[in-house]
Amino acid sequence: MKTSNLERAANYVILIAFALFALGPMFTIVKTALGPENADAAQDGTSLHWGNFSAAWEQGELGKHLTTSVSVSVIVVVVAVFFSIMSGYAFGTMRFKGEQVLFYLFLLGIMVPTEAIIVPLFFDLRSAGLTNTIWGVALPQIAQSVAFGTFWMRTYFRSTNVAITEAARIDGAGNHRILWSVLVPTARPAIVTLVLLSFMWTWNEFLIPLVMSPRGEVRTAPLALAIFQGQYVQGTTLLAAAAVIIALPVVIVYLFLQRHFIRGMIEGAVRE
Amino acid sequence: MPSSSAGTDAPPARGEITRPAPGRAVGTVKPARGGSTRGRWGKLAPYGFILPAFLVYAAFLLYPLLRSVHLSLFDYDGLTVGTFVGLDNYAEVFSSKALRASFLHALVLIFFYSVLPVMIGLVLAAILSRTKVRGLPFFRTVVFLPQVIAMVVVAVAWRQIYAPQGSLNTLLRDVGLDSLTKTWLGDYTWTLPAVGFIGTWVSTGLVTVLLLAGMSRIPSDQYEAARMDGAGAVREFFSITLPSVRGEITVALTLTIIAALKTFDLIYMTTSGGPGNTTSVPSFEVYRRAFKTGEVGSAAAVGVTLTVLIFAINFAINRWGDRSNR
Repeated sequence: MKTSNLERAANYVILIAFALFALGPMFTIVKTALGPENADAAQDGTSLHWGNFSAAWEQGELGKHLTTSVSVSVIVVVVAVFFSIMSGYAFGTMRFKGEQVLFYLFLLGIMVPTEAIIVPLFFDLRSAGLTNTIWGVALPQIAQSVAFGTFWMRTYFRSTNVAITEAARIDGAGNHRILWSVLVPTARPAIVTLVLLSFMWTWNEFLIPLVMSPRGEVRTAPLALAIFQGQYVQGTTLLAAAAVIIALPVVIVYLFLQRHFIRGMIEGAVRE
Repeated sequence: MPSSSAGTDAPPARGEITRPAPGRAVGTVKPARGGSTRGRWGKLAPYGFILPAFLVYAAFLLYPLLRSVHLSLFDYDGLTVGTFVGLDNYAEVFSSKALRASFLHALVLIFFYSVLPVMIGLVLAAILSRTKVRGLPFFRTVVFLPQVIAMVVVAVAWRQIYAPQGSLNTLLRDVGLDSLTKTWLGDYTWTLPAVGFIGTWVSTGLVTVLLLAGMSRIPSDQYEAARMDGAGAVREFFSITLPSVRGEITVALTLTIIAALKTFDLIYMTTSGGPGNTTSVPSFEVYRRAFKTGEVGSAAAVGVTLTVLIFAINFAINRWGDRSNR
């Protein structure tokens, strides 16, 4: 179809305007993070104050909290992805009694908001002595990721070529051999997407670590930012620097593997 | 799931692994399923594979959900023994002014998180898909970025924009609109729209990317035929583009409405429900009631009501979306 140069130019204007709108707030926060922290700092002649990042790191104890975030994320991602591959394999390739009911039960979990489970989770896990432990923060998030992961891996395994697994079975391979040596290596793209999404959700999660660790012993990075915002009232420079540090890991991974994020978040929307 | 992956869900693919495919030379190779041990265990195998996932899921999601329903029937302060009050907590959701307001605020947020982004996204995607533009992958990466940034970080950024001496007021002063400057996060009228607009910022990229993908699948001969009939851009949009992306609109609405109803981090970090209770939302009420004011039963009831609302809206949207995909 033919389009005029005017229309093409208008398109670029829209693209640029929209991109600026999306980047604006991020630019604001980076600019604040690199600005002078106080009048003294404004005097020293440098325009970019990279020292703010190390100052924020120390004052916000970010090293400690980022370590907690990494631990929680590793536990959630490893366990949830491993379990999801197994259950997705069963739902995607086998037929059994109660399959439908069980699958819909898992689907339910994708839609249930954290707000619906957080209240009893706190009181019950406190009785079980799990609050203020890393497991109290990780286990509910494993459950949420497993719900999505089962759905995601099932969709993938259903689309795999039956002939490959059938050939392996005739060669005498059992279920575990078929899953881990035949299917999983070819499922890498689907698994990478699942790993990235569950990492992002866990890293960014706020309500669960807020409630499950009332004494603040298992404080993940986003929570540390909220506390920092409460304590650090004299300015916004270090707060912005801390925020940039906390957002950075996911943003970097996203910039390299954005296709997985976009595909996962769009195709992962449940419609059954 | 968008229509693209619906094809992979076709029934023939399932279950065939457990039996020899009809096309194969079954007679020449002994069927692997014949082995006695595997036959017995084969029936249990699927349950074995599901068990680990199911145990975690049942213990930390299903069970708490049922416990929420149970708790919601009690007047419980989190310390002493609760008393059974039946459906009183649910009656309160409808009768209490504060709770009714919080659900109303959630509806306002739905407008900002879903309706506005879908309208903007439709217009932008329709314009952009009319011509081949270079740099679209880069554009997609940029506008999708707000989706991957932690909400607490988004909140910190927007607090600086909305601050009395922040960039929004500075911008307004620079262009001579001093009269419009205000304390965006401390104003009884403007705080809810200001917070909602953060949601618009977060959602619009996702929605536009989704709609662009949908529109790129519309065959171009449909447009050519319409142009031969003398249809203008607007007619084209309403008679071809809009009906073709109904599936994508469904997905966009589902994702963003759920995001709107689950707004917690943003409220916690920007306004804590204030000023007054002008920005309190159900998720924030769940937290406040359960962990600050000792109204645990009421908190559970709000959580359950919110869940029912999410399911109902999801169901309604998908019914609407399916009518076109018969």
